[in-house]
Amino acid sequence: MTAPIETTGSEAEAQPEAVLAGVERKAIQGRSLGQIAWLRLKRDKVAMAGGILVVLLILMAIVGPFLVGDPNEPHNNLIDPTLSRPKTGIMHSGISADHWFGVDLPAGRDMFSRIVNGAKYSLLISFLATMLAVVLGVFFGVIAGYFGGWVDTLIARAMDIFLAFPLLLFAIALVGVFPNSAFGLEGNGLRVAFLIFVIGFFSWPYIGRIIRGQTLSLREREFVDAARSMGARAPYILFRELLPNLWAPILVYATLMIPTNIIFEASLSFLGVGIIPPTPSWGGMLNEAKEVYEIAPHFMFFPGMAIFITVLAFNLFGDGLRDALDPRSSR
Amino acid sequence: MIRYIIRRLLVAVLLLAIISLVTFGIFFLLPKLAGQSTDDLAARYLGREVTPEGLAGVKAKLGLDDPFLVRYWEFVQGMFVGQEYKFGTSITECPAPCLGYSYRTNEPVFDLLLDRAPVTFSIALGAAVLWLLAGVTIGVISALKRGSVFDRASMSAALAGVSLPMFFTGLVSIWLICRQLKLLPTPRYHEFLDNPATWAQALILPWITLAFLYAAMYARLTRAGMLETMGEDYIRTARAKGLPERTVITRHGLRSALTPIITIFGLDIGLLLGGAVITETTFSFAGLGQLMLQGITRSDLPVALGVTMATGLFVIVANLVVDILYAVADPRVRLA
Repeated sequence: MTAPIETTGSEAEAQPEAVLAGVERKAIQGRSLGQIAWLRLKRDKVAMAGGILVVLLILMAIVGPFLVGDPNEPHNNLIDPTLSRPKTGIMHSGISADHWFGVDLPAGRDMFSRIVNGAKYSLLISFLATMLAVVLGVFFGVIAGYFGGWVDTLIARAMDIFLAFPLLLFAIALVGVFPNSAFGLEGNGLRVAFLIFVIGFFSWPYIGRIIRGQTLSLREREFVDAARSMGARAPYILFRELLPNLWAPILVYATLMIPTNIIFEASLSFLGVGIIPPTPSWGGMLNEAKEVYEIAPHFMFFPGMAIFITVLAFNLFGDGLRDALDPRSSR
Repeated sequence: MIRYIIRRLLVAVLLLAIISLVTFGIFFLLPKLAGQSTDDLAARYLGREVTPEGLAGVKAKLGLDDPFLVRYWEFVQGMFVGQEYKFGTSITECPAPCLGYSYRTNEPVFDLLLDRAPVTFSIALGAAVLWLLAGVTIGVISALKRGSVFDRASMSAALAGVSLPMFFTGLVSIWLICRQLKLLPTPRYHEFLDNPATWAQALILPWITLAFLYAAMYARLTRAGMLETMGEDYIRTARAKGLPERTVITRHGLRSALTPIITIFGLDIGLLLGGAVITETTFSFAGLGQLMLQGITRSDLPVALGVTMATGLFVIVANLVVDILYAVADPRVRLA
């Protein structure tokens, strides 16, 4: 700030100074970490492309189901009864102006509609499961890192045990023995809630470890000492001093966790223990396609590509975000 | 060194106890939560002829109505000394490493595991060799030639690799290579001892599919690790001492960059040995993962429990081996 001390100078004298001050102010104006990261991210074309794709996919998952037809409506007239494959389209896929991605087998349901509706479940489950994992991971990670001692030992050991658990097998086992109705939910609603819980609950140690490590180094910093010396208590230090400094790793690892969870949900559905058919899900479609892909390769192509593109978009965006927020990270 | 190994062993045993207790608890308590009475479980064991006497017999024989800790204790005992299911005149022997008795096939779970294990082990071990070699090599070259065409190309491929679900690449590879190009017959598992050539031929596609995913992850990890290590001061020191670049890279760089990779490798291989579920399902191989899935879909809980326990064991043993290898390679670990 270069406020003129002398207020009595003439207009002509003051003006060049004012211009100069304006230039100076602009040049030395501090940029927040967020602004710097945003500038870096904007320059990263690949990450931006991933980010735009992510936004489009989310839009598709939210508004798409209202725009496309009923995903469960059969079109038996399109299926050749003797060869049991679609009559028309390239490679007998049933692709036409009405059915952009063809129709599935044996019922002849519109694949495009099923893909769009599948996006809804895929993204819903992976987002909420990630949120659950982040909340648990940050909570336990910060506590373990800040308090140290036996609290840290207990939480760190618990995380080790979680990581040593055969996660996928365990998820399968839990789905197998879980009741068909509970908490006032049943059928797919319950299954979705259950998948969110299982995926989120078993993946929190991944982010927990990272947050714990970050907290360990943050708690030695002067601002924490300062807060402590002013009489701040643990909850204040944890949530008002430490947490705001952790948003960068939280954001990055949450973004990178979503694609993992999308694949996890798709895997469970592929194994027949995820979303219950006939509700469309990408993994479930591939499971159905497994029986007939020889005569109808489009049936495995579209859901597979849907998973690939979505996961890739999140990975590209997440990688870019990490590079933007942490310039020392390797790239 | 001996003290270190003993300490790690004790930790491993403790971990195993915790995992078995938690797993057993879930399998014991969840059916109850699901509203299944022990009668339902017993009926499943009986099959078609369900009579009240039969139900009571099965329940008494398998101890289904016993309290949780009693059942857990018997289960643990069974692992070491075997178990004897007895009710009146009907006696079923379950010899020493007894992991329970299948409701469906009337066989000891351990025999079922032994039966299926070779398939899963073949898939997992073969793929592990491939992905470790490919992943680490690509990662190291990428890091050393950072920004080169090779680096960009292999890292793009690796990103695509981690974004492709294994069941999709598996299905596409069968469709393309076995059906369209007819380069290989459709994979069907053969015993190694029958004919190693057909064994390997059947496993090529599962190996490549599985290794592709893991190699992509390992290449990314190795590259990041190598970049970090090669920027360290001691690397500059090593170069300044006049060591040949080869020695600097392998003895100084790779050695410390590989440490975290080996940890992750221990976890991954342990998990896969317990059932490469997705690979097995995609290629229709009857391994441990398939056994687990069957156990769940047919509500054959002892089987599912057995596979989960076995996997926990593999993970812990793999970790133990990794820890001991560390101690051999790096004396500082022993003292920590």
